[in-house]
Amino acid sequence: MSTVSVNYTEDKRAKDITKVVRTIICVFLCILSIFPFYMLIVNATLSHEQVLKCRTFYPQGMISGFIRNFKGLNKWCKDAQTIPIGKAMLNSLIVTVPTTILQVYFASLTAYGIVVYNFKWKKAAWGFIYAIMMIPTQVSIIGFIALCRKLHMMGTWWPLILPAMAAPTTVYFMKQYMEAGFSVEIVEAARIDGANEFYIFNAIALPLLKPAMATQAIFGFVACWNNLYVPSLILATNKKTLGTLPMFIEMVKSNDKQRNWGYIYSGIFTAVMPILVAYLFLSKYIVAGVALGGVKE
Amino acid sequence: MFIAPFFIIFLIFQLYPLIETFRTSFIYEISKGHGKKAKVIRTIGFDNFKEYIFGKNGTAFWAAVGVTIVLWLCNFIPQILLSLLLAAWFTDFHNKLKFEGTYKVIMYLPNIITAASLAFLFYALFGVNGVFIEMFKALGAKIPDGGLLDHGWYSLFIIAFIQFWMWYGNTMIVLIAGIMGISPSLYEAAMVDGATGRQQFFKITLPLLKPILQFTLVTSAIGGLQMYDIPQLFNAGKPVVNFRGKNIDSTTTIVMLIKKYLIGTTKNVGRASAYSVVLFFITLGVSLIFFFATAEKKKK
Repeated sequence: MSTVSVNYTEDKRAKDITKVVRTIICVFLCILSIFPFYMLIVNATLSHEQVLKCRTFYPQGMISGFIRNFKGLNKWCKDAQTIPIGKAMLNSLIVTVPTTILQVYFASLTAYGIVVYNFKWKKAAWGFIYAIMMIPTQVSIIGFIALCRKLHMMGTWWPLILPAMAAPTTVYFMKQYMEAGFSVEIVEAARIDGANEFYIFNAIALPLLKPAMATQAIFGFVACWNNLYVPSLILATNKKTLGTLPMFIEMVKSNDKQRNWGYIYSGIFTAVMPILVAYLFLSKYIVAGVALGGVKE
Repeated sequence: MFIAPFFIIFLIFQLYPLIETFRTSFIYEISKGHGKKAKVIRTIGFDNFKEYIFGKNGTAFWAAVGVTIVLWLCNFIPQILLSLLLAAWFTDFHNKLKFEGTYKVIMYLPNIITAASLAFLFYALFGVNGVFIEMFKALGAKIPDGGLLDHGWYSLFIIAFIQFWMWYGNTMIVLIAGIMGISPSLYEAAMVDGATGRQQFFKITLPLLKPILQFTLVTSAIGGLQMYDIPQLFNAGKPVVNFRGKNIDSTTTIVMLIKKYLIGTTKNVGRASAYSVVLFFITLGVSLIFFFATAEKKKK
C-alpha cells in the first residue's frame, strides 16, 4: 500500500517540476515577444538624449512626451522631405481597404463558381488555381512593371489593388469552407423560386460565407497593409505623395538627415499601434484562422 | 461564368508578367542618355544567364543566393524545433499548462506587425546605444567597435533572429492544429500498451505530422526565398562577410538584388530578369519536390 502512494507522490512531483519548467520557458518567450514593443512605447515618450543614454526603462511624461516627439517627427519629415506619417497611413488605408474587399469578394465568387456549378473544365480550373498558389509575385515583378508601364499605371495605386481579384490562396480557403459547410440545395431551392444566379450569390450565398470571409479579410488586410516590395517599386517615382506606411518607415530609415531617436520611435509606434490594437480585439479569430489555414493537406 | 474575373485578372496581372519576365531575360537593354531613341534593345539569347549567373559576373548572384539560404536556415531550424517542442507541450493533456491561450496569442503577436516597422525597431534596439547592446554589455559580452549592425555576421544573425522571432508562433499554431487532428484513439491505444510520453511523440505524433511539417517547410522555404523587408532595412551600412577571400554583402538577398538592377542607376533589365527566371525555377523546384512527396503519401 505504502509503496504505491510513494510512487504516486513522486510521480506527481516530477509532473509538477515539468510544469514549472515549461511555464518558465513559456513566460520567458512571452516576455521576449512583448519586450521590444514595451521598449518602443517607452522610447516613444523619451527625448533623443534620453534614448541615447539608455538608462530609462519606463515611460516619461507619457502622453506629453509622445506628443512632443510626434510633432517633432512631423517637422523632421518636412525638413527631410519624406511623406508625412499621417498621409502615409491614409494612403495605406486607401490601398488596403478596396484591395481586401475585392480580394475576398472575388475569391468567394470564384470558389462559389467552382463548388456550385458543373462544367467541362471544372477539374482543370481547380487544378490550375491549386498549382499557381505557390508562385510568389516577386518572381514575375519585372514583367509586372513592364505591364504597368504599358497600361500607364506606374506611380498609381491601381497595380496594387486590381491583382487582388485573383488571389489563389483565398480561393482555396473559401472552397474548403464551402465544401464543409455550404449546402448546394439552398441554391437549387432559390433557383426554383426564380431568383437569378447573380442574385443567389449575393443575397443567399454571401451571408452564409460571412465567418470565412471575415477570417480571410483579416489576413488579406494585414498582408496588404504590411507589403513593402511591390509598392516600393510601383510608387518609386512619387513615393513622397502616394507612399504607404511601410514605405514611410523605409524612407525615414534611409534618410541622411540627422536622426532623432525619440521622433523615430514615436513614428514606429504610430505605425505599429493600429494593428497592435486590432490584434488585441481580434486575436481569438486570428489564432483560429492561422490554425485553419495550416491544416490544408 | 463566376470564375471568369479570376482568370482574366490572373492572365493579365500574373501570367503575362511571368512570360514577359522570361522574354526580357533574353534581351539586352540599356539606355544611353535620355529619350526613347537612346534606348538600345537587342535579343541576345542566353547571354544574360551566361554572363551574370554562370559567368565571371555571377558572384553577386550566388552570394545573394548563399545569403538568402543561410538567413533562411538560421531562422527555420531553431524555429521548427522550438515550435515542435511548444506544440507538444500545449497538446499534452496529462500535464496541461495554465494560460495556454494567452501564450499562443502573445507568441503569435509579432507575426502580424509590419515587418518593415519591426526591422526598424530592432535596428534601433540593436544600435550602438540600443537596449539590447546595453544588456549584452551588462551580461559581460564583448561588443566590437562600431556596434553589431555594420558587422557582416552579426547583422545576418540579427536578421535571422527577427525572422525566427516573427514566425515561430505561427508555425507553432499550425503544428498544434496538426497534432489535434491526430485521432485520440491512437494515443489511448499507446497508453494501454504502456508507451511513455516520449515514445508517443516520436512514434505517433511525428510520423503522422509529416505532411504538415512538409507543408510548413515548403511555405517557409518559398517565403524565405522572397525575403526582402527586413534585410532591406538592415542594408544601410553594407555589412560584409569574408567568404573564400571575397567580401560578400551579407544582407543582400536575391529579391533585393533583382530590385537593384530593376530601377535606378544600376538598371539592367536583362540581368534582373535572368535572376528572376532562376528564382522562379528554384521556387518551382521546391514546390514540385513537395507535391511529389505528398502525392506519394496519398498513393499508400
